[in-house]
Amino acid sequence: MIYYLIPALLMFCCGVYGFVTRKNMIAMLISLELMLNAVDINFVVFNRYLFPGQMEGMFFTLFAIAIAAAETALAIAIIINVFRAARNVDVNDLNKMKH
Amino acid sequence: MDYSQFLIMKQEIGLLAVFLIVFLADTFLPRREQGSIGVISCIFFAAFTVLGFVPGVVGEGMAFSDMYEATWPVINIKNILNVGVLIVMIQALRWADQDMVRIRRGEFYELLLVTLLGMYLMISARHFLLFVIGLETASLPLAAMVAFDKHRYESREAAVKYILTAVFSSAIFMMGISYVYALSGSLYFYDIAIAVWSESHSALLLCALAFVIAGIGFKLSLVPFHLWTADVYQGAPTPVTSYLSVISKGAAAFAFLAVLWQAFGTVYPQAWEWMLYALIILTITVGNLFAIRQKNMKRFLAFSSISQAGYIMLGIIAFNPMGMAALMFYVLVYIFSNLAAFGVIGAIENASGKVWMDDYKGLYRTNPRLAFTMMLAMFSLAGIPPFAGFFSKFFIFTGAIAQGTVAIYVLVLIALINTIISLYYYLLVVKAMFISQDDCVIAPFRSACSERFALWVCVAGILLLGVVSFVYNTLLEGTMYSF
Repeated sequence: MIYYLIPALLMFCCGVYGFVTRKNMIAMLISLELMLNAVDINFVVFNRYLFPGQMEGMFFTLFAIAIAAAETALAIAIIINVFRAARNVDVNDLNKMKH
Repeated sequence: MDYSQFLIMKQEIGLLAVFLIVFLADTFLPRREQGSIGVISCIFFAAFTVLGFVPGVVGEGMAFSDMYEATWPVINIKNILNVGVLIVMIQALRWADQDMVRIRRGEFYELLLVTLLGMYLMISARHFLLFVIGLETASLPLAAMVAFDKHRYESREAAVKYILTAVFSSAIFMMGISYVYALSGSLYFYDIAIAVWSESHSALLLCALAFVIAGIGFKLSLVPFHLWTADVYQGAPTPVTSYLSVISKGAAAFAFLAVLWQAFGTVYPQAWEWMLYALIILTITVGNLFAIRQKNMKRFLAFSSISQAGYIMLGIIAFNPMGMAALMFYVLVYIFSNLAAFGVIGAIENASGKVWMDDYKGLYRTNPRLAFTMMLAMFSLAGIPPFAGFFSKFFIFTGAIAQGTVAIYVLVLIALINTIISLYYYLLVVKAMFISQDDCVIAPFRSACSERFALWVCVAGILLLGVVSFVYNTLLEGTMYSF
């Protein structure tokens, strides 16, 4: 089981690291996707190895995938909306509202 | 499967019915009649709100093998949120008539009702799957609402910040749940409560709890997870900001309470009391200190709402029925006071486009009624005695002190000191409006009928809620009975 959990944790940490360091909004979105997928792997692995008699983790994963898809679609739409105004997707340019 | 279970979800069904009516009206009304969509949604939602308060219409019950629960406190926090949503909808009428927003007016009300449905599910959920679905149903349409002024740059920027932090926080939250699942093998709150009892000192539980609290802390904008709040509040259209600061926060606070008490209530002293303790102190203090520096009214209210969230958390750390009743009462009072403040800001913004605190100097001489309403709202938020805000703070402190440990006394003392600090910046606004001798840049204007009505309701709430002890007594008896 540990062989599946450690990659999932690594993926999650890479996602967090990418989210914090990347300046490109699309790259940040990819990092978020990594984090969400790490969660999915966790659920499936726990379900398969710890509680093989039930399906709760699998079901959660199915729903989590759908939710992640909805989140990404919406985030992309909003990022495109910003791109139309600012002509790039760099988060450093999102600073028009300091005090 | 027994489909009659759906009938237990009466409030959700009612809300869906209102949503469908608004949706059909938006789709099929001829173009020249489109102006009435806002009024139609307000009328139907008002009817729905009133029905919720009629005793016997909404019954208690459990559905879907206890995934969904409607107990007395749950039903009533939904009713309280309904009142707030109704005021927000009425306040938004004028804004929704602007040229840029007009053709998408129906969408605004639809999105608003859908987010409310998500919050309902979040509050009623007794299973983490339903909880996550509710959380996402609440936060995704909200991102679309933040981006609603799509021709204004600030709105786009705010939407990006909101959606990225929202997804980030829900990823963290779900990571936490996955570890909880590993501990307990179930996602039902009751099963988790039993399973974590024997694991109360395990590192995995602490880690999972930290993730869960961080995830919901983002939604509630607790410090140190508050960094998105100021920008989003400033950039979003004013009705959306008021919705975010009041309804979204109130629902998240109650859902937080449900998660911590029902799923993790068995490990209160070992696992999450001290986590919440640190969060509350940080939230109240940092929110207050940053609010002093703000010059933009919406940004100022953003930091004020951060520190208010800290006070709301006191009801959760109390961990007794008094705390729960005080939390509900606090949310109710907070709805009226904050919506009064946002109503004034929105009215001034619609009439003159001014949102800076310097523009408010001398407002008393040009628009005395608006200035007076704003003053009442500020006094209530600060907690000055005859107004409702004082009583809500009083009850929430009483609830926390009933816990009886020395640590809680220290916590309440810190919160009290912070109330005094908050008085300074709330009074800055009052000083700008009443005492400043500068000529006011805001010309006298007459606000729209809808705005005036919403403000009258808010003022009535601020003046009466504290004095009419019936409200708090009812809440306390109801929670005591169902605890």
